[in-house]
Amino acid sequence: MEKFDVIVVGAGPAGLAAAYTLAKAGVNVALIERGDFPGAKNVMGGVLYRQPTEEVFGELGKDAPVERPIVEQRYWVLTKEGALKFGFRSQNFVRQPCNCYSVLRAKFDKWLAERVRQAGALIIPETTVEEVLRDNGRICGVRTSRPDGDLACDVVVAADGVNSLLSQKAGLHEEWKPNEVAVAVKEIIALPREEIEKRFNLAPNEGATIELFGEATGGLMGTAFIYTNKDSLSVGVGAVCSDILESKISPNDLLENFKAHPAIAPLLQGGEVREYLAHLIPEGGLNTMPPLYTDGMVVVGDAAGLVNSLHREGSNLAITSGRFAAEAILRAIEWKDFSAKSLARYAQLMRDSYVIRDLAKYRRGPHFFETHREIFTLYPELGQFAGETMFTVDSISKKEKQRKIIHQFLTKRPIWKLAKDAWDAWRSLY
Amino acid sequence: MANKSSLEEKLFLVGFKPDEESHLLIKKPEICCGACAAKERPCTYACPAGVYTWEEDHISVAFEGCLECGCCRIVCPFANLEWRYPRGGFGVGFKQG
Repeated sequence: MEKFDVIVVGAGPAGLAAAYTLAKAGVNVALIERGDFPGAKNVMGGVLYRQPTEEVFGELGKDAPVERPIVEQRYWVLTKEGALKFGFRSQNFVRQPCNCYSVLRAKFDKWLAERVRQAGALIIPETTVEEVLRDNGRICGVRTSRPDGDLACDVVVAADGVNSLLSQKAGLHEEWKPNEVAVAVKEIIALPREEIEKRFNLAPNEGATIELFGEATGGLMGTAFIYTNKDSLSVGVGAVCSDILESKISPNDLLENFKAHPAIAPLLQGGEVREYLAHLIPEGGLNTMPPLYTDGMVVVGDAAGLVNSLHREGSNLAITSGRFAAEAILRAIEWKDFSAKSLARYAQLMRDSYVIRDLAKYRRGPHFFETHREIFTLYPELGQFAGETMFTVDSISKKEKQRKIIHQFLTKRPIWKLAKDAWDAWRSLY
Repeated sequence: MANKSSLEEKLFLVGFKPDEESHLLIKKPEICCGACAAKERPCTYACPAGVYTWEEDHISVAFEGCLECGCCRIVCPFANLEWRYPRGGFGVGFKQG
């Protein structure tokens, strides 16, 4: 049986980060990927955060296939008839070094994998991992789909994404429940560069992101998004699977409804759909995170549920987790100890970092949103009512308009419930 | 599914390398006919690619158009799907991501 020091399963952000860090340190690492190339089966919104990425891979440089640096982040709450909008722009975000970029995973990961290959990792595409191999209970290799495809190693890095099949086979994780994952669909819609810049108020080589809620998802728990790429838009909608079950709506119908909204349709007008993609996103936060390690294996990225959806962060958590996993493995190699006790160092590094700190901060988030559906339905409509009332000029006094708005709020949401909502939000998200 | 034709058009844009055999297997089809009728067979509406269709007395699985997201496995009320990734080199391949 061929033996490597480490086998990384999955060439997404987490797997690439782990393999790169290990290969640079001279470790004999194999990176197994089921797609034709790293990126072929990867899906993200998506926004790439520069600092956590460069911390692992070094400077991205001028030829990195990123799309647009993001100068403005917008948050829109859609109602049936309109939208409430908030935007934050800073020129600092697009001065080198930039904060973040819109990115297309298939293009970017393919390029990044080349760096990983040059660092010395052996990338094995078009190969799935069927099973983990054990020796006295300790994980010591993988069974791949290739003929005579058993490979031995000291440690397996399970970077196989949200479906997390390896950690299930390792007994670390049972299946996600429907309220612990969201299903998201997206389209790449081609538009000329100048048209994107005109519609989104951007200079050449500037980008914008829009996160949308409320009617954008038909009131379901989830978000929609529009990100500007160089000459296309990434347009998508996601909702937790339990809401899909309750509403019985198809993800594609959610997307079509979103695209048809009067606040959205003009932005997409004349665009050509180039690709359609779907993916699951972990939504349970820290409370649903499986154990991060066991004898002979560590779990990184989406496979470990490492998504901070409130902040639109996942790929950075994945990359950082890949790095910490690699660092823990480097020490395990030094000590020649690949037991859970040794690999626990990975979890320690994670706990001491923004990754677990942020997930811990927001651990009550999923429960809060599940028990406060009015965030996606009632509150947007109240906001719509307030805006329409106040901005309609019809010879009714402003005091009267104020009274009307307050009355509407208190009728639809008794004052004690309003106060409790605010209190719960503070307790859950602060 | 309200936008069936638009979905078909979109899937036509996606690169697939279909295998001969399905990577998605219904373990006990009698459950789809029987107990799942009351649950309204979520796979038939929750799949982003419309892979699953109820055909009078069975569910047809158009695995060739699977986007490999995993939603079906999550929403099946009876864990009645043997869900695997397609064999290496087969299935969907995105160009943009």
